[in-house]
Amino acid sequence: MEAEEKKAKEKKVRVPRQKMPEQGPKVRTHNFEEVPFGYTEETAMTEAKRCIQCKKPCCIEGCPVEVNIPAFVRLIAEGRFIEAARTIKETNSLPAVCGRVCPQEDQCEKFCVLGKKWEPVAIGRLERFAADYEREKGEMSIPEWAAPRGKRVAVVGAGPSGLTIAGDLVKLGYEVTIFEALHKAGGVLVYGIPEFRLPKRIVEAEVDYVKKMGVKIETNAVIGRIKTVDELFADGFAAVYLGVGAGAPVFMNVPGENLSGIYSANEYLTRSNLMKAYLFPEYDTPIVRGKNCAVIGGGNVAMDSVRTALRLGAENAYIIYRRTEVEMPARIEEAHHAKEEGVQFKLLTNPVEYIGDENGWVKGMRCQRMELGEPDESGRRRPVPLQGSEYVIDVDTVVVAVGTMANPIIPATTPGLEINRRGYLITKDETGKTSREGVYAGGDIVTGSATVILAMGAGKKAARAIHAYLSSG
Amino acid sequence: MNRIVEKTDLSENVVKMVIEAAAVAEKRRAGQFIVLRIDEKGERIPLTIVDSDKKKGTITIIFQVVGKTTAALAALRAGDCITDIQGPLGNPTEIENFGHVLCVGGGVGVGVIYPIAVALKEAGNRVTSIIGARTKDLLILEEEMKDASHKLVVATDDGSYGFHGFVSAVLQNLIDAKEKIDRVFAIGPVPMMRVICNVTRPYGIKTIVSLNPIMVDATGMCGACRVSVGGQTKFACVDGPEFNGHDVDFDLLMSRLRMYLCQEKEAMERYRCEHGG
Repeated sequence: MEAEEKKAKEKKVRVPRQKMPEQGPKVRTHNFEEVPFGYTEETAMTEAKRCIQCKKPCCIEGCPVEVNIPAFVRLIAEGRFIEAARTIKETNSLPAVCGRVCPQEDQCEKFCVLGKKWEPVAIGRLERFAADYEREKGEMSIPEWAAPRGKRVAVVGAGPSGLTIAGDLVKLGYEVTIFEALHKAGGVLVYGIPEFRLPKRIVEAEVDYVKKMGVKIETNAVIGRIKTVDELFADGFAAVYLGVGAGAPVFMNVPGENLSGIYSANEYLTRSNLMKAYLFPEYDTPIVRGKNCAVIGGGNVAMDSVRTALRLGAENAYIIYRRTEVEMPARIEEAHHAKEEGVQFKLLTNPVEYIGDENGWVKGMRCQRMELGEPDESGRRRPVPLQGSEYVIDVDTVVVAVGTMANPIIPATTPGLEINRRGYLITKDETGKTSREGVYAGGDIVTGSATVILAMGAGKKAARAIHAYLSSG
Repeated sequence: MNRIVEKTDLSENVVKMVIEAAAVAEKRRAGQFIVLRIDEKGERIPLTIVDSDKKKGTITIIFQVVGKTTAALAALRAGDCITDIQGPLGNPTEIENFGHVLCVGGGVGVGVIYPIAVALKEAGNRVTSIIGARTKDLLILEEEMKDASHKLVVATDDGSYGFHGFVSAVLQNLIDAKEKIDRVFAIGPVPMMRVICNVTRPYGIKTIVSLNPIMVDATGMCGACRVSVGGQTKFACVDGPEFNGHDVDFDLLMSRLRMYLCQEKEAMERYRCEHGG
């Protein structure tokens, strides 16, 4: 490292990484409001000034959508917040979302030079601040885009991947229509991630931004049913991007799993988030408000589900996970929030049977204790059941959050589209090119359940590939 | 937004609506359904498409008022709009020339069996239909079913019209009369479909039922609509809604349909208080 940078670094690190104030655990378990409040202008500037503006910034390499991080951080340090937001938006159409739900600790912040010895710059919190500032000041800008090219692209799925590619292609001069199966755009951002982690008004604002850029969004349009991929080509679309998400829940095939009171995480969260069942009866969709709720799984979706259960009034909310906390795929921050709120973690535990009452409603869950054996194909130590360790936990609600599978509608209705043995679409390389000419894919329907930002990154790469494809012909 | 073109009360609690939904009308086939959401705060409910008119760009639905959402839907008039219609969903009915087919419809299920009878007749089948209701005033689509069938038998539970008894008894009589039956389609309340399956099972007559579990997204994403068929869990929205009735676990279907009874009652009472009546 150059001497100058070293000197600057020594000076900056005396300032600690700035915390975001948040709702206390006792208060927040009684509401669905967002947990952290975000930075004030002052704390944002203090935090931004910690950045040493590396000549060769590593942080950008950690960002799947290539945000110019040092540039926007410097603008915040200088108090030029609107310009900071616009800098982010040059490559990222959903900054307020990413600032909240990206696992920055595994991405940009992981590469921050300061993090090697001290704490990294809070890039995610700064991104969130800049995006919120711009939105709240009502100064959302629309970037300039290329002259219309007279070519249309269809995007299937209005989730993070679809919104990203749509935004990028519109900027390149294409006419883009997104077909969304549900009645609302946003995908997992509206049906999956709870209000207390990602307020829906923020998703709406970012979807509106994409629309203002000129993207058309048709809701209630299930591609494969109302129109097939081939019919989209027949309608004059020159290329199709499939960003439909994983879109099918995994159950464990445990006896009793279809008893009333047992949900997939997809259903539980869709009812609460998309349909606003937590506001029943003001909203019409009901949800079971269990007193003893067990959530099976250790990922972010499990954490979202269990924290939702608490807010719906559960007295006992459990995480049932078959390995230990070390192997848990959830972000540390999410597990930490859940614990603070009083979630009980039952680790090295796995359900083997659900017990129903005379009305077919779940009343208990027979569990088995596990121990860790040899590492499996994922590199994590394989959980092995302990003989004779079974016991019953009283539950009236269960949420199965052990992952998702590929939704079958698109592959079943698109001849020539290759899928792997798990039903996910096969793409040739990072560009998202599928086995069908002009058809590209990205996000969870290719990778299986992953993160919002990886889906966005896939959209970005496919946008370039589609642009190259349509420019060459 | 989808405009209601026409609304007719078919009986005290059963309503027929013709709604603008051109793209759905263009694509739909017998056996498929839509999910609708009346307004911003509404829930998503699945309803079978009874008929469509490609030229006018409309679809027809028939529903019974059973809860708050259907009550609110029934309160709408021609000219009003429904916020969301998603469809067509589910697999179309497997239609081919089976020979002699029986279409059995009970209650509001007659609306669901109607398009299937039409398609079966078009495919060259000899169609015998049995439709039933609790009492004469609740019987729907008699004329339409007559047109869609070579032979129509009507039954009422109270004997106020047609055969006095259940549709299953009519079916049993046909079997006893040594009628050759190649396939049965039975759609109606769960107990009725169960009884029909019990009647046909000993004779090995393939019996198709259309299941109506609770759904949310109706695209295979949530699993709310899971049913057990032949010991395997299936999603009615993408694997169905039609299944081989002899393999269906009707008890499970019944108990899962009762999952929100308390909330449904609460919502209905609240709606009545707000709207009178």
